[in-house]
Amino acid sequence: MKLHALQRAVARAVMQPLTRSERMQRKAPGGGRMSAYAARFIKPNDRLTSFERLEIYNRQYWFRVLASLAEDYPGLRAVLGGRRFEAMCKAYLTECPSRSFTLRNLGAQLAAWLRQNARWISDRRVLALDMVHLEWAEIEAFDGEAKPPLRSEDLRDADAANLQLAIQPYVQLLDLHYPVDDLLLDVKHGDDIPDRASNAVQERRKHSRVRAVAKLEAAEIFLAVHRLDFSVYFRRIEPEEFALLTALRSGKTVERAIDLAFRKSSVPAADRAAFVQRSFQTWAALGWFCRPEENKRGEKVREKRA
Amino acid sequence: MPGNRFNGFTDYGIGIGLRAPHYDHILSRKPVVDWFEIISENFMIDGGRPLHILDQILEQYKVVQHGVSMYFGSAEKPDREHLRRLKQLVKRTNTPWLSDHLCWGSVDGRYTHDLLPMPYTFEAARLTAQKIREVRDFLEIPIAVENVSSYAEYHVSEMTEWEFLNEVVERADCGILLDVNNIYVSSRNHNFDPLTYIDSVPADRVAQIHIAGHSKFQKYILDTHDHPVIDPVWKLYDRAIQRAGHTATLLEWDDSIPSFQEVHREALKANRFLESKSLAVAV
Repeated sequence: MKLHALQRAVARAVMQPLTRSERMQRKAPGGGRMSAYAARFIKPNDRLTSFERLEIYNRQYWFRVLASLAEDYPGLRAVLGGRRFEAMCKAYLTECPSRSFTLRNLGAQLAAWLRQNARWISDRRVLALDMVHLEWAEIEAFDGEAKPPLRSEDLRDADAANLQLAIQPYVQLLDLHYPVDDLLLDVKHGDDIPDRASNAVQERRKHSRVRAVAKLEAAEIFLAVHRLDFSVYFRRIEPEEFALLTALRSGKTVERAIDLAFRKSSVPAADRAAFVQRSFQTWAALGWFCRPEENKRGEKVREKRA
Repeated sequence: MPGNRFNGFTDYGIGIGLRAPHYDHILSRKPVVDWFEIISENFMIDGGRPLHILDQILEQYKVVQHGVSMYFGSAEKPDREHLRRLKQLVKRTNTPWLSDHLCWGSVDGRYTHDLLPMPYTFEAARLTAQKIREVRDFLEIPIAVENVSSYAEYHVSEMTEWEFLNEVVERADCGILLDVNNIYVSSRNHNFDPLTYIDSVPADRVAQIHIAGHSKFQKYILDTHDHPVIDPVWKLYDRAIQRAGHTATLLEWDDSIPSFQEVHREALKANRFLESKSLAVAV
């Protein structure tokens, strides 16, 4: 048997979901008995059958990828509950196995997959999707690129009418329908409680999480997930700030971005200049601005026009 | 034996794996450690705290990169994005050599994130060696391949594991990261004599040695890196350095990680063997 064919056959078995009791399935990929399937490739020894030897890898695979998702998505786990979360993860990983060399990217397709497989989140669709977006944003903010920050001298010769400002790649902007930032902080705070106390403490923690999810009321929030001194923070921002930052990120000029930000705003016209000044000062202090990308000719990338 | 061309002619002593629970201790106490081994994939990112920590470590210590997902034995081309990021990191760390495992773990672009055992065939040896050469040519540093622990063997195998290792490293002209704990684990799982394995390895290609602990189950042994090194593994280590000489040695401890001092103390036990070897040479 050629190497590629062997690896494909073994990988199919290794990545096949486990049974409810976390054992290898008796049925092989594509039908037939797994014991016969395993025996085609794997030698038995004096202690283990071919099935049992292959099962070691099958179990290791699922324990590893499920643990990785559970670590990255504690908030979604709190929203769905442990059992449904685990079942959802198995379905997701069966359809979207890792395509990256790093487990960091294991959840990269989760939001898109959940939108197409809404049965897993049917009664809490919006809340669950908000949480997935927040938890992915946290991953991106944690180790996203930080470009050299914008300095005042970078603006010295700037043409005010066409001025563009870029936003640091690690800053993630979210428009959410629930205050999931508070919920996620609650969940993580709960995780910090040492496990040594007793089962009773764990039960109380679980019940308080369930209550926190049940109590959560819908409320549109705008959030910047960013980092400061290498720690990730959730910063609530105003709708106008969100629109302004989003427009700047998409390559709009500052003038145009301000225009767009106040299109549906309730901020009185007289207060807008002060609002903009205050916002820019805060973002500059947080280091969110960087120099815009330059193309090969050294020109700033212009906003594409229709 | 001084360094060789597979570890950049370095003469590194005893190192430990750099792990997150020890960051604060290392950065605040600055303990004397010969070198740290990092898991490359943990730092193949664009920014943030991990790279900030790494840069601080690099200011004080020698660092060697060890990978877990190059999958030299997978029957597909190396992932370009993986290689690009790995090269960026190599430039950052100035690692004198780079190691990854003699195994496979991805197929058709899907990753198992496990170190799956190779079928010991000539076809697999040829393809694996070719991939090692491609990676080395791209990264422009010496490569050492590590023998893995395994729990399964294939019917199609045409040789023993150590013959396969030799076939690959000769064809690729690369180094060996000899993991004596993995040899012990596999010897118990597959009923072979671990000393035969160690005596068959080309000693002049050994760039580095790994030592670690493992977990024993009723019917097999699992390579868990969550215990101290057991005596039979130290004996294999002793034999390995008798053959390969004073070789860069690293203790792996990846789960249930104890204090930095405990891990370092365990690693330094290797000195007993290295020093007796030095004395023997002097005599």
